[in-house]
Amino acid sequence: MTTPQAPPAAPSHIDYLSERQGIWPWLLTTDHKRIGLLYTASITGFFFIGGFFALLMRLHLLEPKGALFGLETYNKLFTMHGIIMVWFFLIPSIPGTLGNFLIPMMIGAKDLAFPKLNLASWYVFMTGGIVTLYSMLRGGVDTGWTFYVPFSTTYSTAYVAGAAIGIFIAGFSSIMTGLNFIVTIHRMRAPGMTWFRMPIFLWSMYATSLVLVLATPVLAITLLMVIFERLFRVGIFDPSLGGDPVLFQHMFWFYSHPAVYIMILPAMAVISEIIPTFSRKPIFGYTAVAYSSLGIAVVGFLVWGHHMFVAGLSVYSAMAFSFLSYLVAIPSAIKVFNWTATMVKGSVSWDTPMLYAIGFLGLFTIGGMTGLFLAALGIDVHVTDTYFVVAHFHYIMVGGAVMGYLGGVHYWWPKISGKMYPEGLARLSALIVFIGFNLTFFPQFILGYLGMPRRYAAYPDEFQFLHVLSTAGATILGVGYILPLCYLIWSWKYGKPAGRNPWRATGLEWQTSSPPPSHNFEVTPVCTHPAYDFEGMKEELELA
Amino acid sequence: MPDMVSNLSGGGHLPSRVRDHFRTAEQQRESEMLGMWIFLATEVMFFGALFVAFTVYRTGYPQAFGAGSADMNIVLGSINTAILITSSLTMALAVHASEVGNQRWLQVLLVLTMLLGCVFLAIKGVEYYQHYLDHKMPAVWFEYSGADGSKVQMFFVFYFFMTGLHALHMLVGIGVLLVILGRSLAGSFSAEYHTPVAVAALYWSFVDIIWVFLFAIFYLQGLHVMR
Ligand SMILES: [Cu+2]
Repeated sequence: MTTPQAPPAAPSHIDYLSERQGIWPWLLTTDHKRIGLLYTASITGFFFIGGFFALLMRLHLLEPKGALFGLETYNKLFTMHGIIMVWFFLIPSIPGTLGNFLIPMMIGAKDLAFPKLNLASWYVFMTGGIVTLYSMLRGGVDTGWTFYVPFSTTYSTAYVAGAAIGIFIAGFSSIMTGLNFIVTIHRMRAPGMTWFRMPIFLWSMYATSLVLVLATPVLAITLLMVIFERLFRVGIFDPSLGGDPVLFQHMFWFYSHPAVYIMILPAMAVISEIIPTFSRKPIFGYTAVAYSSLGIAVVGFLVWGHHMFVAGLSVYSAMAFSFLSYLVAIPSAIKVFNWTATMVKGSVSWDTPMLYAIGFLGLFTIGGMTGLFLAALGIDVHVTDTYFVVAHFHYIMVGGAVMGYLGGVHYWWPKISGKMYPEGLARLSALIVFIGFNLTFFPQFILGYLGMPRRYAAYPDEFQFLHVLSTAGATILGVGYILPLCYLIWSWKYGKPAGRNPWRATGLEWQTSSPPPSHNFEVTPVCTHPAYDFEGMKEELELA
Repeated sequence: MPDMVSNLSGGGHLPSRVRDHFRTAEQQRESEMLGMWIFLATEVMFFGALFVAFTVYRTGYPQAFGAGSADMNIVLGSINTAILITSSLTMALAVHASEVGNQRWLQVLLVLTMLLGCVFLAIKGVEYYQHYLDHKMPAVWFEYSGADGSKVQMFFVFYFFMTGLHALHMLVGIGVLLVILGRSLAGSFSAEYHTPVAVAALYWSFVDIIWVFLFAIFYLQGLHVMR
């Protein structure tokens, strides 16, 4: 996309990994790339903790009466799985890791606008995570990740306040990250990097950041009220004290629906980079894809009521929320069609990132389409709080967000580590993830449609076959996640050197060495090409 | 453009206060101001959610919330409103002083602003103490003889929750102004460089504006209900 001002400097510089070694230079770094790696390490830990809870649940459900745990323990398992996966893995996943690492490089800046704030966000995140983990060790939470009142405020005897305080704290790290990204994208772009020359990744991260800064404060205040009500035993939401539990649901979902876009928009950001690179074509309909991210962010704020169709919404507001929920499908479909059109007549290659991207396309489409079922008032009443809902949002969050995350990690791994991962093994594990995922969650659509309620620790005998399939799938999925962890760590040390631009991609981040120097570029880049200009940059790319 | 580029690669001839990842002082100033504006947007959502929740209950229980509001000390509340608005004036004058590079005036006005903030908090404390003596402090000591006890209590829950959060913001604001004052005394600011003063002033004024709304919903509502 750009031409460096001067010919590439001799490799005299020190890259960001080998500069200043030791524990303190890492823990006190303000380098966005190192902070990205701090986030990567932490969310990987949280991912496997959350996944462990999921695996325990799936093992328990092998038997209709439940194989392993008591009812209360089961309640705690799904709650802790949800809380950790939503707030300590999915929300910070791509923004905290790839977003931190890539945004300054993609716009040709030395760092984010506020490097210290960026480091602070990681500490705040870790504080929230440790508080939450501590309350789980002390005895766990049993409210479900949704903290519905009055159970959470009045009746639960578990460590609700502790977990809620942890999430409240982590929320501020979301806000710091979002604020930093918005200011960076507005003010730090390199000369020549106009808005419409930006890679789509940045448009999507910008939209994500808008949701982060506008939705998170509402969750923060809602949780604060729950904590306040619980600790001081005063009435805010408790109906026996004049409170309105439905008001809590409105406030909770005002955050938690947009939170879905905090998870999926960054995955869309990743996919929008992978598909053009491995199709050797500019993204089809750049402007439409760019604006559709903003469209998703804006309309996403207006649809929260679809979580409350059976909570006593009036018919008219339910119809309005249903209609608006359908509306979100439009920008989402714009993206899916444009990605597909990008591949048409491209010279498509099947490297691991592309496998994840194509997996994302299929799974996100299934997740999105079943979202339309749930936005339809009649069907929603039938499948509310069943495994159908569980399967739907796992297709979005695991099939969409996690596939996007893994695709992105593989795509930018050469840049991050300077090494190539083992391609054959990576393709195999992408396949394992895809098969394991579908085997886990597709049966849950059927289970839900047949009437299996979510969050139940036992079920009628006739559901056992589908539950066993799902557990088998979860085991395969687990293998698919552990493999990349192993070979990526292995390649960090033993992988082949990647070189500056192994994918012959166009983004600015590929113009600098791998791993990049601390200040990203030897010379300030000047952007002279539109995004994804494979034609115009042909010669430079062949050199790489 | 060319000089921007040389600034980035060299960095040496930028004034030392410009952090080295910015290309120009202007870029740094714009980033810091935009950052504060976005932070204020998050604050709007933060308090906004509370205002919405309050409004829902106020609409549901107009009598009880009116009765609760009638217990507010309108005189002290009005004095406090006047004090905060005055502090916004002194803060705005402080920004002006920083722009013309008059450090002396900047320091005087900052001290004045902080003093007004402290007086506000002191008066707020007196009011809290009065509510305590009136047994109108939920969770600590709450008594209400009428039928709507739990709903009147809810008014006071919101009152303490929202004014308490606001007072917390005031404390943070005073802390921020202390830092600004320290930097001014240390000679960090000049007619050319004074962005932190403007950024702090944005925050201070925002906290003042929140109070105006709090005053309206808690103090004014009960005036016509009971008298
Ligand atoms: Cu939703």
